[in-house]
Amino acid sequence: MNTWTPPVNVNLVDLGFMDSRSKLIDLAAFLDRVQRVGQEGDFRVAALKQAIQLLAGDQPERARNILLSFSDPSMEPIPKATTQGAVGAVPPALG
Amino acid sequence: MVSRTTDDYEKLALAGCETICEPAFWAGFDRASAQGFYDYFRQITEYEPKRAARFGIKHYTWLCINPKESEDLELADDVLALIPQFLGKPNVLGIGEIGLNKNSRNELQVLEKHIQIAADYDQLILVHTPHLEDKLKGTRLILDALKNHSKITPDRVIIDHVEEHTINLVLDQGFWAGITLYPESKCTPHRAIDMLEAHSGERIWMNSACDWGISDPMAVPKTMLEMKRRGWSPTAIQRVAYDNPVTFMKQSGKFHLD
Repeated sequence: MNTWTPPVNVNLVDLGFMDSRSKLIDLAAFLDRVQRVGQEGDFRVAALKQAIQLLAGDQPERARNILLSFSDPSMEPIPKATTQGAVGAVPPALG
Repeated sequence: MVSRTTDDYEKLALAGCETICEPAFWAGFDRASAQGFYDYFRQITEYEPKRAARFGIKHYTWLCINPKESEDLELADDVLALIPQFLGKPNVLGIGEIGLNKNSRNELQVLEKHIQIAADYDQLILVHTPHLEDKLKGTRLILDALKNHSKITPDRVIIDHVEEHTINLVLDQGFWAGITLYPESKCTPHRAIDMLEAHSGERIWMNSACDWGISDPMAVPKTMLEMKRRGWSPTAIQRVAYDNPVTFMKQSGKFHLD
């Protein structure tokens, strides 16, 4: 039986605006920083710029869509794991 | 929690934590032999329960060779052979955290062998999904491997580290979903609460990552505080922070709160 009780209405803008504003400015400053030193060609920066465009969507699916944009879309297992870590965006060789 | 200091047990106890479950996972470095895993399995089945008990916390665990160390098939087979002798320990809830890391063929083969052990010994399964760009693909491969086994029922499997792009894949197929709170990757408290609200808290638990990276064992109580600020009732908070994990883990037959 689903006993879920939705939360009462609170002002989520009051709760989250300043934090989101700060993170957006941090993002802008990061893009400025890497551009000043000529590193904007990195595939991760390119992936970030592509993902930013998804913020302009009009459906409440922005987080999901941004995560999808950073994801490896292939379905076949790779032949061998040569590293253990992930980098956050699909490297050009896999994309 | 082998990767944490004793202070963290004290903090959790002060925050009202009654029970923790610790999956078998990476040691911060690759172990050289199965003997290293034997010692590790003893640590999480014998020593860690005692360390937790000093603070009134019950300690449960899961057993496996984690996906990061699953590329070496010979090592993996040696470790898999050790697991059955530990399954009878009173704090072992099942097999985990198994899964994939870089989505390689060998990792997938070792995952399938873990699933077989879980089926053979009627164990619950805790699944690790890969990080960042590898998560979507890995989640799909893992779900396929689980569905391909005739003896695995989704309600006895929890797929951990879901995010907004994978949670529907997991829940729509009848599995439990775990949301891992982590400062840098995985999920923040507000995103976790968003997902819980979108799915009415159904078949979802949340957990604090307590690993070798910058992680926060207090992430669950901090998220409970955010829930309160966002208008959640005490009953709803109790359900996702306490009742849901209890419901899932009780299926092991070993989990109890008293």
